[in-house]
Amino acid sequence: MRVLSIAAVALTLLGNAAVQAGEYNITVDPVEIDLGHTKKTGVGFNGKSPGETLRFTEGEDVVINVKNNLKVDTSIHWHGFILPTAMDGVPGLSFDGIKPGETFTYRFPVVQSGTYWYHSHSGFQEPDGAYGSIIIDSKKREPFKYDREYVVIIADKHHHTGARIMRNLKTDADYYNRKQRTLLDFFSDVSSKGSDAALANREEWGEMRMMPTDIEDVQGYTPLMNGKTPEQNWTGLFKKGERIRLRFINASAMSFFDIRIPGLKMTVVSADGNNVQPVTVDEFRIAVAETYDVIVHPKEDKAYTIFAESMGRTAAARGTLAPRAGMSAEVPEMRDPPLLTMADMRLSPLHQAAGHEGHGAGHEGHGEGHGGGETHVMADGTVMSGAEHAGHGGHGNHGANKPDPFYAPGSGLKPTAANGGRFLSYADLKAQKPLYPDREATREMEMRLTGNMERYSWSINGVKYGDSDPIRFQYGERVRIKFVNETMMTHPMHLHGMWSILDNGSGKWDPIKHVISVSPGTTVYMETEVDAPGQWAFHCHLAYHAKAGMFRKVIVEGGPKEAALKDKTKG
Amino acid sequence: MSAVKRAALTAAMILCASGAHAQDISDAGLLVWGGKLERLEYRFGDEGERVAAYEGDAFVGNDAIKFRWEGEGEYDLDEDVLEDFENQFVAQVPISTFFDAKAGVRFDNPDGPDRVFGVIGLHGLAPQWFEIDADAFLSQEGDISGRIEAEYEGLITQNILLVPSFEAEFGLSRDRATGQGAGLRSIEIGARLSYDLLERNIQPYIGVHYEHLFGGTRGLARAEGGDTETLFAVAGVRLAF
Repeated sequence: MRVLSIAAVALTLLGNAAVQAGEYNITVDPVEIDLGHTKKTGVGFNGKSPGETLRFTEGEDVVINVKNNLKVDTSIHWHGFILPTAMDGVPGLSFDGIKPGETFTYRFPVVQSGTYWYHSHSGFQEPDGAYGSIIIDSKKREPFKYDREYVVIIADKHHHTGARIMRNLKTDADYYNRKQRTLLDFFSDVSSKGSDAALANREEWGEMRMMPTDIEDVQGYTPLMNGKTPEQNWTGLFKKGERIRLRFINASAMSFFDIRIPGLKMTVVSADGNNVQPVTVDEFRIAVAETYDVIVHPKEDKAYTIFAESMGRTAAARGTLAPRAGMSAEVPEMRDPPLLTMADMRLSPLHQAAGHEGHGAGHEGHGEGHGGGETHVMADGTVMSGAEHAGHGGHGNHGANKPDPFYAPGSGLKPTAANGGRFLSYADLKAQKPLYPDREATREMEMRLTGNMERYSWSINGVKYGDSDPIRFQYGERVRIKFVNETMMTHPMHLHGMWSILDNGSGKWDPIKHVISVSPGTTVYMETEVDAPGQWAFHCHLAYHAKAGMFRKVIVEGGPKEAALKDKTKG
Repeated sequence: MSAVKRAALTAAMILCASGAHAQDISDAGLLVWGGKLERLEYRFGDEGERVAAYEGDAFVGNDAIKFRWEGEGEYDLDEDVLEDFENQFVAQVPISTFFDAKAGVRFDNPDGPDRVFGVIGLHGLAPQWFEIDADAFLSQEGDISGRIEAEYEGLITQNILLVPSFEAEFGLSRDRATGQGAGLRSIEIGARLSYDLLERNIQPYIGVHYEHLFGGTRGLARAEGGDTETLFAVAGVRLAF
């Protein structure tokens, strides 16, 4: 990528010139992806998967020429970017896609900074390998210091193609579930809980025709860290005493990861590209498509393992921070896989139909707490008074036993740190600097996250994208979205083109994100300042959920017309 | 959109399905297909009978409608007789969270008289994970009959499955030419122990299979000197595409 490096040099030389402009060339190519045990043909950028890190500067006007070397249409979406709708890269919504052999030129001003990523938004090209990282350097001084930085981009690469995986899931939803409960598990349940409890538990799940082990729909993948398998061991070098900024990106199609570096505390300084008030943790969970920047400070001259276990504990990515190449540290064993509980099912209509109304109380109870500004409904359905509300989030959740409002009370998914220390919660995230004035939402909208596990169909408010009408926002309004997860899966919801402000009870310090992960059995609120005219995608970022219908078109009506139409140039 | 219109649209889409749909962000273009030979087996009877048998299905469609072929056959290796050769072509639409309704035609073309049937049925997953098929048939002779099948996928480990199955056939009237009596005609009970050799696509198995004829069907079989109850040991393979 000579052009890229020339552009980068040019940028450096330009220094503080009023407007910087970088030109970048990307080709979308068929590539070979090394999974260790096998090699697969996939899709990549500039001949590689993952594509190389793009480095922009806040305030720069970028010109990106994307040439399609595939035999099918392609596209690139700049995940988390605030840009004109025509530059968003979603075929059918923002443009027509890039035909084979053609070049499309993206032009947009870079108006933000932080860690982001880019990926194809066509077919199953993203799960097939078309992803890469983006760093946007801040114009202003950042409120934290570090001596060196690394991108750590994690992806769950499967030996099956995305199209094959979709077909298998549609034919047989448990095709990839190799963590089902077996007769042997039943015997061990009988010996630990007694036969009545073990039988009752089986009956309860069997009645709903669901499985407590349904945490990862797609298993059997190789988790790659910066394109390397656990055995290939991606390594980042450091000198002891340095502060290292790790820019974690979860570019997986389907898998959440619990990340830790045994022996090091991690100070989270940014989430989804936006700085947060620093919070020091031992471990954190990264939803699909999220990014987290953490700073670590290794004081010893030794190797440290970066260990990322999938949420369902079916695979672990691994890399190393080391003072010298070739070193490695102990790689932990994966912990036992979690099991969903009835608490995770409490908002499911099947669960309620099976006569467990009592658990579901959280659902109906919501809603009434809003509007007055005096009370606040937390994710677990409890209503807090204004005073409690204001104080909430300031304490975080230390230790394993503190409830995390972003999991259903009694959830089997609530994580705990491997060393018994602090596990990051959404409740801990507070914006470093609010991006918008804090104001009352002008409208509330409910989005029930719905689906049928057995048929592998996924929807919003019970309607699949193909059957849905667009959601209409008015330019200038602040929309409050109430996510109600009625399914048994965790859905990382991603709105294009505008920020998603997570309501975690921090008021004006609510964190600014581009992915809001909604655990089963929970209700979560986000607010969006509608400031971007055009057509935008709003979807679950699990590749096969989005494709199966958990997707919406959002049309922002009104507002400056030229902003929507500007830069609708095509190469 | 009316159900009829949607089904027609879907059928049209399936007919002109092309690779272009795969690039679409919408689920509307999502066309799914699959095929399975649930049983492809050799049966060895308690009196030395040898039978080759298969049972399978294949489909193409989407969430709104699927077109499915279901077929089964039995070949008596001792007598060199194709005892059973049945093909159903049905359209299948979801009617509840776990159940589909299906309707279509069934052709029976074994050695002996052929039959054509109209079929309506249900296919789905009952509570506690029992896979259920219930079909009613009306033959060109005016004979009304029915069949109920139930199967359970029992996991012993993640890779070893024990699949018990049950099937019962009954008729409201007699079809003497095909050897079918009125009332309960037959039951089949089986249990197959399989191993996932290649993912879920190739699963060799061994097992037992028991057939028992009843009532008029039993009488007609006995009159022809056929077996009325047989216990088989089976060995075979389950294939998925």
